[in-house]
Amino acid sequence: MELIWQGIVKAIELVFGFDAEVWAITWLSLKISGGATLISLLLGVPLGIALALRRFRGRDLTVALINTGMGLPPVVVGLFVSIFLWRSGPLGFMELIYSPTAMVIAQVIIAFPIVAGLTMASFQALDPKLALQLLGIGASKPQLLWLLCKEARLPLLAAVMAGFGGVISEVGASMMVGGNIRGQTRVLTTATVLETGKGNFDIAIALGLILLALTFAINFILTRIQQREQLRWPKLS
Amino acid sequence: MAETLLTLRDVTVYHGEHVALQRASLEVYTGDVLALIGPNGAGKSTLLRVMGMLQRPDNGEVLFRGQNALNGNQLELRRRIATVFQEPLLLNATVYQNAALGLKLRGIGQVEIDRRLGPWLERLGIGHLAARSARTLSGGEAQRTSLVRALVLEPEVLLLDEPFSALDPGSREALLRDFQGIVKETGITTAFVTHDRHEAFALGNRVGVLNQGYLLQLGSRENVFLRPQTESVAEIVGIENRLPGVVETADGDYVTIKISDGRVHAQGRFSAGTKVVACIRPEEVSLSLAHCEANDLNRLKGKIIAVSPGMTHHRISLDCRGFNLIALVDRKESFNLNISEGDEMTAVFSSTAVHVIDDKKDR
Repeated sequence: MELIWQGIVKAIELVFGFDAEVWAITWLSLKISGGATLISLLLGVPLGIALALRRFRGRDLTVALINTGMGLPPVVVGLFVSIFLWRSGPLGFMELIYSPTAMVIAQVIIAFPIVAGLTMASFQALDPKLALQLLGIGASKPQLLWLLCKEARLPLLAAVMAGFGGVISEVGASMMVGGNIRGQTRVLTTATVLETGKGNFDIAIALGLILLALTFAINFILTRIQQREQLRWPKLS
Repeated sequence: MAETLLTLRDVTVYHGEHVALQRASLEVYTGDVLALIGPNGAGKSTLLRVMGMLQRPDNGEVLFRGQNALNGNQLELRRRIATVFQEPLLLNATVYQNAALGLKLRGIGQVEIDRRLGPWLERLGIGHLAARSARTLSGGEAQRTSLVRALVLEPEVLLLDEPFSALDPGSREALLRDFQGIVKETGITTAFVTHDRHEAFALGNRVGVLNQGYLLQLGSRENVFLRPQTESVAEIVGIENRLPGVVETADGDYVTIKISDGRVHAQGRFSAGTKVVACIRPEEVSLSLAHCEANDLNRLKGKIIAVSPGMTHHRISLDCRGFNLIALVDRKESFNLNISEGDEMTAVFSSTAVHVIDDKKDR
C-alpha cells in the first residue's frame, strides 16, 4: 500500500512540479501515438469504407488479413519492423531504426487494421438503401461518402478510441524499434518498464498513472462526443 | 403541348443472370402522373431507379430532355430529378436538417433554405416537428419528412417507389390525400411505383404495367384498366373474369363468343373461329332473380358456389355451366336479394362491359 501511495505522491510531484523529463516523455508519447493514430485513420478509414461498400477480387482475403491484424501482437510487429529497418535490413539505408519515425511505423501497423476493421463494421451497419436515397436527392459521389461518414460517426469514434488506445499502451514494439533512448525515443510505456526494472517503483507508478490519466482523458472526451448523440433506451421494468 | 422530359429506349438491366428489365421503352411528359404497377419482382423498382439515374442500364438509353444521361453530366441531370423510397431513411439529425439536405447538397444558402422549406413543412403537416430528432418519428412522419426533402427541391420529375405501402392504413390514407392535393396544385411531373391498383387508379393519369421484367402495356389509365391488351395485363389490373372462348359469329362491331356451354355477346371486330379471352370486371356483373329482357344484355344462368362478404361489396362466385363468373354485388343489394350459396341466379352484364382480347396476343 505504502508503495502505491508513494507512487501517487511522486506522480503529483512530477506532474505539478513540471518535471521537464516527464513532460517531454508524455509529450513524445502523445506525438508518436497521436501521429500513428492519425495516419491509421487516413489509411484505415478509406480501406474500411471500400471493404464495406465494394465487392472486388481479393476482398475476402483482405478482410481476413484485417481481422487477423486487429489482434496482432505488438512484439511481432516490433520484430518485423526491426528486421526491415535494421542497418543491414532491406530498408536499413533509411536509418530509421531507434527513431520516433520507426515507432510511428510500428504503431501504424498495429492501429491501422483496428481502424480499418472497425470502420468496415460501422459502414456495414448502415442501411445500404441509405446511399440510394441520398443519391436520389442529388448527392454527388464525394458528398455521399461524406454523409455516410457523418452517419457512421459514432462507431467511427469508437474506431479512433480503439486505435489510439491500442498504440498508446503498447510497449513491445516501441521498445524494440525505438530502443528507449533517453530524450529521443523514451515514451511513457518504455520508461515505466525501465524504471520498474531498476526498482524505482515510485517513478514507475507515477509514469503509469500519467499514462492512465492521459488515456482516460482522451477517451473521456471522445466518449462524451459519442454518447451525447446516442438515443436513450427506455427504462426496462 | 406536353414536352417529353424523360425518355427510356430499349433499357435492359441484369441482376446477375436474371433479367430484371427487358428492353423497356417509355416517355414521361410534363404534367404526367405515371403509375407503374405489377406484382413483386416485375422490375418496377429497377425501372424507377433507371429513370432516376440511380442505376445504369446494361443496355439502352436514358435521355433527360433529349440529353443522354450517360455522358459526364449525370450529376447535373440527376439533380433535376428527385426520388422518394418506400422506407424513409433519414440521417441522424433533426427533421429540419433532413428536409433541408437536398438543398444543402446543391450549395443553397441558409436564408434561401429557410424561405423554401417552411411552406413545405407546413404543407405536409410536419412544421411542428422541425426541431425533433428524425429518429423519434413515426413511420408516417418520417415519410412526410422524406417527401418534403424531395418536394422542396422542386424537381422536374418526382419519382416515388411505393411511397405509401409501408404505412399503417390511417397514415397511408391521410398521406395519399395530401399527396393527391399537392400533385393537383403543383402539377408536378410524377412517376410512381405501386403494387396497389387502387392507388394507381386514384393517382395516375397514365399507367404502365410490368411483369417479369417486361413493360407489357403503357397508356392512359382508362385504356390500361378497361382495355388491357393481354391477359396478363388484365389479371394485373384486376379483371378477375377472364374467360377463354372462341368467336362463334361476327357481325360488324359485335361478336358472339362461345365459352364452354354458354354464349357471351361483346363488342369487337374479330373473325369467326378466333380464339379469344373475354374480360369482364366483377363490378360490371349484377345478379338478378328475374329473367330480364334487353337485347344488349348478356344473361347467364348460374349457381352460387361461394359468397365472400366485404365491407362495401360481397364477392360472389357463380358456376355458369362450365366456367366460373365472379360478381361484386353491393352489400345492400346482396341483402335485398337474400343471396346464399346454392341459389340459382342470373348474372347480367352489358355487351360493352366485355373486353375481348385475342388469345395469341399474350406472351
